[in-house]
Amino acid sequence: MAEPSNEQIEQVITYALVTFGAEASAISRDAELEALDIDSLDLAELSQIIEEQFGVELTSNDVAEIKTVGDAIDLVAARAK
Amino acid sequence: MNEVVVTGVGAVTPLGVGAALLHERWAAGICGIKDGEGRCDEFEVTDHFSVKEARRADRFAQLVLVASKEALADAGWADGLPHDPRRIGAIIGTGIGGIGTIEANDHKLLEGGPKRVSPLAVPLMMGNAGAAAVSMRHGLKGPSYGVVSACAAGTHAIGSAMRAIQCGDATAVVAGGTEAALTPLSRAAFVAVEALSPTGISRPFDLRRDGFVMGEGAAALVLEDGAAARARGARILAVLRGYGATSDAFHITAPPADGEGAAAAITRALEDAEVSAEEIVYVNAHGTSTPINDRAETAALKTALGEHAAKVPISSTKSAIGHLLGAAGAVEAVATILALRARVLPPTLGLEQPDPELDLDYVPLVARALELGKDQRAIAISNSFGFGGHNAVVCLEVT
Repeated sequence: MAEPSNEQIEQVITYALVTFGAEASAISRDAELEALDIDSLDLAELSQIIEEQFGVELTSNDVAEIKTVGDAIDLVAARAK
Repeated sequence: MNEVVVTGVGAVTPLGVGAALLHERWAAGICGIKDGEGRCDEFEVTDHFSVKEARRADRFAQLVLVASKEALADAGWADGLPHDPRRIGAIIGTGIGGIGTIEANDHKLLEGGPKRVSPLAVPLMMGNAGAAAVSMRHGLKGPSYGVVSACAAGTHAIGSAMRAIQCGDATAVVAGGTEAALTPLSRAAFVAVEALSPTGISRPFDLRRDGFVMGEGAAALVLEDGAAARARGARILAVLRGYGATSDAFHITAPPADGEGAAAAITRALEDAEVSAEEIVYVNAHGTSTPINDRAETAALKTALGEHAAKVPISSTKSAIGHLLGAAGAVEAVATILALRARVLPPTLGLEQPDPELDLDYVPLVARALELGKDQRAIAISNSFGFGGHNAVVCLEVT
């Protein structure tokens, strides 16, 4: 699998968060997941989507460290390298 | 034992969103069944739930969330719970639970392998998800659980809630039933067991009846300790007088021809209510429109009510909305209360050709005014019988 660009990762994550019910206008790199009402079940789904799209496997310990949308993008980008 | 009263009701059925529509449309002779199924066509998910809420609840939980919201508002609880939340429970019956979720995830499993199965699959499909949703939504911290007894679950939930209040485990319980099983798998499965009507017509007690029509929906009732409800000045919709539950111990899908277990449940409910058979002014029948149920239920009513069986008006809600499986008992309890309050007994729709073997008064086709004598009380029973031989009956009085 070719290494995904940050834009691609951001796109997939943003789309997933909107699907989970987050307000699209509230999503930015600095937005906190808690403020977007994203909880552990959403993060489990997000991990599944990340793995499907980018082949990056994230454990629940990995996603527990994610506080902001930017954290999620950076984590996936780092692991995809 | 403590008196248990009903202070609020709510329903989502094929006749509309709201308990009042269930009574009004059924009494007007409107049938909510289309193309052989009773779908809640007027229920729009986006009217009631955010994106997040909707995807966190299977349709069966969504339906009871809407019904419970109506019931709480009807009870005057919209602005806050009137009792300690730790003393308010949620007991919600279902026949199957989140079968739509099960089917969708099974499809993902077969198509994409185990890693495609959703993390939401378990919380959405579990049979107790309805009770959990109601508890979480309204902050109810007393006893909450699901009741699973096929087509008797809604009535068992009400009976269990009644007992929880009577024995002091709770001051109030939001009780109900819910079902959303209009899915390919359950449809095929009920066809396979030859329970569904091949003609897609629900006509209980009619000579031509050939099976039940499946429906979906939910109902919820706010049950409260009578003294606590009166102390807060609540409007009392009905008194839950009695409850009887028995089992056939006979066959997994068929009742005995004489309806012995059903009769015993009716008798037990009357004993519990301390009312005589002659005091019953209306029977909301289980009345599925299957050849065997309607015969066995008629026999059971004759056994339990004696000569009074021939005099008491009996009607089947399933003639208007189909069989809502685990929701049926709760929806029918609500229908019974509203019929007694309106003094209008809705009819058994589709009953055009009486079965000569079924000779009771099934209120065919047209609603009837409930005329009460000077000393007569408005007391009714609502029957539910489920696959597995589960029989449950509640006795309700509108005072």
